[in-house]
Amino acid sequence: MSQSDVIVIGGGPSGVAAAISLRKAGIAKVTVLERESYLGGATRYCSHSPFGMLEFGRVHFGAAYGRRLEDEASRWGVDVRYGHSVVELRDKGHLLISNHNGLETLEAKRIVVSTGARETTRAARLITGDRPVGVLTTGTLQSYVAFHGMMPFKRPIIVGSELVTLSAVLTCLNHGARPVAVIESRKEKIAPAPLNWFPSMMGIPFHCGAELVDILGRGRVEAVRVQRGETFETLECDGVLFSGGFTPESSLFMTSGLSMDWGSSGPAVDQAGRCDNPYYFAAGNVLRAVETGGWAFREGRAVGESVAADLKTEVFSERPIKVTHDEPIKLVVPNLIRGGPDLPGGLKEFQLRFKRITRGRLTLLIDGDQEWSKHGTWRPERRIIVPRPRTIHCARTVHFTFRQER
Amino acid sequence: MSTQRGMAPTDIFDVAIIGAGVVGCAAARRFALAGAKVIVLEKGADILSGASKANSAILHTGFDAPSGSLELELVKAGREEYLQIHEGLNLPLVKTGALVCAWSKAETENLEAIARQARNNGILNVQLVSAREALALEPGLSNSVTAALHVPDEHIIDPWSAPLGYISQAIALGAAVLRSCEVKSGQFDGTWKLESSRGAVRTKWVVNAAGLFGDQVDAILGLAPEFQIKPRKGQFVVLDKAAARELKTIILPVPNEVTKGIVICPTAFGNILIGPTAEEQNDRLRATVEHQTLQTLVAHGTKIVPGLAHLPVTAVYAGLRPASDKKEYRVINRAASNAITLGGIRSTGLSSALGLAQYALELHGGMDRDEFRQNEIPNVYMPNLAETRPRDWQADGHGEIICHCEMVTRREIEAALSSPLPPGDFGGLRRRTRAGIGRCQGFYCNAKLAEITRGSLDIPLAIEREYHK
Repeated sequence: MSQSDVIVIGGGPSGVAAAISLRKAGIAKVTVLERESYLGGATRYCSHSPFGMLEFGRVHFGAAYGRRLEDEASRWGVDVRYGHSVVELRDKGHLLISNHNGLETLEAKRIVVSTGARETTRAARLITGDRPVGVLTTGTLQSYVAFHGMMPFKRPIIVGSELVTLSAVLTCLNHGARPVAVIESRKEKIAPAPLNWFPSMMGIPFHCGAELVDILGRGRVEAVRVQRGETFETLECDGVLFSGGFTPESSLFMTSGLSMDWGSSGPAVDQAGRCDNPYYFAAGNVLRAVETGGWAFREGRAVGESVAADLKTEVFSERPIKVTHDEPIKLVVPNLIRGGPDLPGGLKEFQLRFKRITRGRLTLLIDGDQEWSKHGTWRPERRIIVPRPRTIHCARTVHFTFRQER
Repeated sequence: MSTQRGMAPTDIFDVAIIGAGVVGCAAARRFALAGAKVIVLEKGADILSGASKANSAILHTGFDAPSGSLELELVKAGREEYLQIHEGLNLPLVKTGALVCAWSKAETENLEAIARQARNNGILNVQLVSAREALALEPGLSNSVTAALHVPDEHIIDPWSAPLGYISQAIALGAAVLRSCEVKSGQFDGTWKLESSRGAVRTKWVVNAAGLFGDQVDAILGLAPEFQIKPRKGQFVVLDKAAARELKTIILPVPNEVTKGIVICPTAFGNILIGPTAEEQNDRLRATVEHQTLQTLVAHGTKIVPGLAHLPVTAVYAGLRPASDKKEYRVINRAASNAITLGGIRSTGLSSALGLAQYALELHGGMDRDEFRQNEIPNVYMPNLAETRPRDWQADGHGEIICHCEMVTRREIEAALSSPLPPGDFGGLRRRTRAGIGRCQGFYCNAKLAEITRGSLDIPLAIEREYHK
């Protein structure tokens, strides 16, 4: 059994940033466990998105950003172990690992979980139809292209209208595939420009209020049926690409029996980024889907700072209170509040998201008193930031109310 | 792509088995063990491409089968043989037990009759239990349960490795397996001449184990029609492995006339399964999942086992059961024309397959030579996919983990691809290794699998044209 001060699970932007900030704070042994053979996480195959401007002062694309993280981790003396899959989170910072040697147990004084997010699958969306080859997500398509130089289809239909949808369209066009159409079941697109005009400019039909109601194909995808209002249309295609609908990769928490927050589908965390089990912290997109690589990096760095401060004391075992909220608020992060000393760093703001588009007044109540309030139109999957009062650790109740207004 | 050991055009087989579902696989093993020269003809790109790919993976006791039926007899015989051979083949047996749960006064009253039938069927260790006892046996149950019948010997197995193990043993004994091989016609003139999409096959006997196409294959062979297949679709939802903490027992409803009803049960792979539905349809090929039905299944699961609330859906699937126009199995022996039909095996096939195989050999009359003695049976040891036994990722030197959700190693995938019966399609690879069937459904590993399986699958994951990095 080998001993680290802190083990970070997952070598994406947030995990590496947490590890570096722990080393900068003087923590001696910081280990990153990465199941793949490189750092960077999802940024490795996002070849269209620029990463690194804020954290490194220059732009990196795709794998180059991951290599930059590798350089930085090495420069700061982070112990990075590749090919290490964490199988189970156990109490008191004990981890069950599988690597090329088989099973191993590792332990540390604190654990930071930064396992990121992935797109919701066709199965989890409960989509009707046959189950042929050729149904996948943007991330899968990108790894086909980025790592293997292959394509899974030539004429897919793309479902979704998030930022990643644009990336899906571009990946197709750059690699010889031509999307048949892009469809979104909501009445309006989730992401703003350039998704508004880019596909149309390329001559790819983009329909809102269009629902995928059937997938047809015995071996490979042959067609889909799309419902728009009262009309049904059959579109021939050889693939279905589900883009977006990100969900935290929080299965380690679920299978290990650690507390979840069902609004975010990530672990329940307090204002320091600390889980219900105080040996564990979390940062990055495992907290809530989905933010940019840069956001994840800054969040990891801040949670790293709070972990470094937390290491100076005994494990803090005070029971947290739960942050509550009204409908149609989808999630609040942090969703726990703990008393005790206010650690530096951590989650400095409340992050909220709405389930659907709505208009009205959003108010933060602490111990029943209005702390913050704002009226507006709130859209789904858009980041909403509410400042976290400095005295939050003294709160007995924290509640977000929402009153619909014209 | 297919195994064709020692087959020459002039060969005459002792037995041709049409269909490589669980029944065909078991029959191939039984006849091969008896010393017969066996050929298996499968229409699909891989074995288990029809009804056998989708079931609830329960090894039944037969407690609720019609008393005195052939089905009951064969479920018991099949189960008995599975219990004898599973260790040798390295196939799992998860001893979950089952609770037939009543949720109303009327259902509670019905439990008595089910208990009586179970004892009648020779399942003597069933026990009627109160709501409180049921909750003690399975704390995951909703406390609105009113009473239950405990059936301790209902177990869970791996529904894919078991038939693969049976047919692998047949192959090790010399059986030939032709896949993507559709039987087009057959003439009997003392021996059979079958015309197939892969050429002519001569055989002394034919065993029709064609499942959903059983009646059509009988017709193709010119045998008098005795039954009609009425496909019955079942949709299933598989919940995340986190759900396995919430339930350890098979939860059965009080059955009605048409169906055993929706089951909620653990799987050997560490998930929770909810299903199947029972939907009559004419189409024998298309088994679609439907959004609303899947939602209903999830809601039903959550009602019966409240801890399942919020847990994500890992996979959804649908299968067709080869029900027929009558409730019972349609086993037909046509000794005059050396043909045996194993038809209408509607929902207990996984449990009864080995029993059906024994029965088929009995109807056939057996081979002249004695069965192999135990020490002559080639050792077939299946890769373990069940969570209840050690898996490859726990052993050293596994290379790397390719599928992180199901913890499938490169070594396991490569072993499947180079096995005596390698997967014919992606479904076959998933069933042999579990790769890509987990919670991310290939988000992380599908591209790697496309690379590893290049040139191996009937329908490749990547399209032909390749691009440079």
